[in-house]
Amino acid sequence: MSSLPASARAGHSELASAAPTPLHDPRSSARFWRLKSFARDRGALVSGLFLLAVVLAVVFAPLIAHYGPDEADNFARYKPIGTLGHILGTDQQGRDMLARLLFGGRVSLLVGVVPTLVAGAIGLGLGLTAGFVRGLVDQIIMRCLDVVFAFPMVLLAIAIAGSMRPGVLTEILAITIVLIPYFARLARTATEGVMPVPFIEAARAAGGAPMTIMVRYVLPNVFSPVVVYATTLMGLMIVVGSGLSFLGLGVQPPTADWGAMVAEGRVVLRRAPHVTILPGCAILVVSLAFNFLGDGVRDALDPRTIRR
Amino acid sequence: MSAPATLAVSNLRTRFGGVSAGATVVDGVSFSLQPGRTTALVGESGCGKSVTALSLMRLIEPPGHIVSGSVTLDGRDLLALDEREMERVRGARIGMVFQDPLTSLNPALSIGGQIVETLQTHQPMSRAQAERKAIELLARVGVANPEQRIHDFPHHFSGGMRQRVLIAAAISCSPSVIIADEPTTALDVTVQAKILRLLHDLQRDMGAALLLITHDLGIVAAMADEVLVMYAGRIVERADVDTLFHNPRHPYTKALLACVAGIEDDRRTPLEPIGGSAPDLRNPPPGCRFAPRCPSAQDICRRQDQTLRSVCSDHEAACVLVETELSLV
Repeated sequence: MSSLPASARAGHSELASAAPTPLHDPRSSARFWRLKSFARDRGALVSGLFLLAVVLAVVFAPLIAHYGPDEADNFARYKPIGTLGHILGTDQQGRDMLARLLFGGRVSLLVGVVPTLVAGAIGLGLGLTAGFVRGLVDQIIMRCLDVVFAFPMVLLAIAIAGSMRPGVLTEILAITIVLIPYFARLARTATEGVMPVPFIEAARAAGGAPMTIMVRYVLPNVFSPVVVYATTLMGLMIVVGSGLSFLGLGVQPPTADWGAMVAEGRVVLRRAPHVTILPGCAILVVSLAFNFLGDGVRDALDPRTIRR
Repeated sequence: MSAPATLAVSNLRTRFGGVSAGATVVDGVSFSLQPGRTTALVGESGCGKSVTALSLMRLIEPPGHIVSGSVTLDGRDLLALDEREMERVRGARIGMVFQDPLTSLNPALSIGGQIVETLQTHQPMSRAQAERKAIELLARVGVANPEQRIHDFPHHFSGGMRQRVLIAAAISCSPSVIIADEPTTALDVTVQAKILRLLHDLQRDMGAALLLITHDLGIVAAMADEVLVMYAGRIVERADVDTLFHNPRHPYTKALLACVAGIEDDRRTPLEPIGGSAPDLRNPPPGCRFAPRCPSAQDICRRQDQTLRSVCSDHEAACVLVETELSLV
């Protein structure tokens, strides 16, 4: 129970001179209870483990797949799921579907996760600053972002990607730029909601410097909606990235990417539906998992859900 | 004025809005706080009590601003300090307890974390040292099991307990002045008494000056050494607590006391409300601001500002009647 000497518990100033005793019972830290709260949420836990497995699978793709993603075999085209040697079948060029899914997953996950994280960090910084400082800084930041906002998201991504050489980096950059205003606006609104709550004034009355108040008092209360938004957007961004690939602005054939695979497969939908359905399912399941994960993260970040 | 004042406020004037449209919410307020003494600032809602407190801390947000005056703490004029120096005064030299304990704690930070934050802002100490000190402070304000509870979050605490935590944070750096802005308004009556007792004990033990802002005359009678009665941005009467209750000189103070129900009062005689309403500070009446509601207002009251005048030592009232009554003696 108590890790302190009795004199300390009496609450007198001998405490300062009392022999240092270990205070940190790991079970008492907030981080521990956050993890525990996360683990209690079955959906989030399963989704998290699933996503971890997916990430490991695509990272170690060469060890799992027996074929290269672009290895065509004219004698083994349109093989259905369950064929010996090609567990998930082959596509119209006789390429192994498992290999393509795994290698394509690398691109799709990268496009889903990286832009969301980068845009989330930048947008959070901008929105927090705008909402905290207010005045001219706020006006400049938010009006600049409004310009980006004025274009439809996908259209702008297409325009940005189209102005550069197609490729994964282009795709990531385009999606990042398009996402920043969404995060910034969310962060600013959340900041605006926190600022008038008396604990900010109390923090100022306790002598907190503006930077301290922004980072220690405002940020933690703005962080969780942004994280939740990010996890839900990751799924959507895989779809948007797939869309860019579909339009030929992202990765170029023959490089695999779930979106590009769906696009290629639709031509042979009747003859070999699995060529389209498998990458489609991959997008669906991974997006769904990110959404569940987002819910779990939100609950874990909200101190009100920490139970003892 | 026997002991040297810890904090002296002189002719403080705080205004919201511009020159043409706006209101001077604190209008020429002067008072001083003595170490080890409790000064109560009383008045009805909107009379400028809280704005006075926030002005002392220089926490007035635009469009509000302090127009003039001085706030002297330990010989330094706080209004002349730059913002960084002022940050070192807030929380360290002046501790503040706010009205609403439910929203005055950061919901995303543990209880211990918030006290540690304040401690480390003002004193060079390691996190472990600060945590120990936080446990000590929580024990001091009567939080049971402080070793465990520093890891809890504000929502694990009741309103009264949160107010204790806020008090612990306010006294963490042993300030020489504690400002408590309606510290018990949001709490139920039984908890109120405990929190007031705690504030009283702490103030006595630490020898700090306590500025207690309230509209509850019961609290004033129980807690205060000296009372400042505020009306429409001005202090209308200053007296020690016994004098104020037994021999009030300003008609507003008299009216205020008449509004309070006593336990021995005959229930058939109705309480006397003060007729009219507080003046609009955007457009205050000329002369004494209480004149429109004053039962004994004279012509001169409506023409000329009534300044505080001495009734006897340590008793001042801003009323023309003080002189007429004195001349009768």
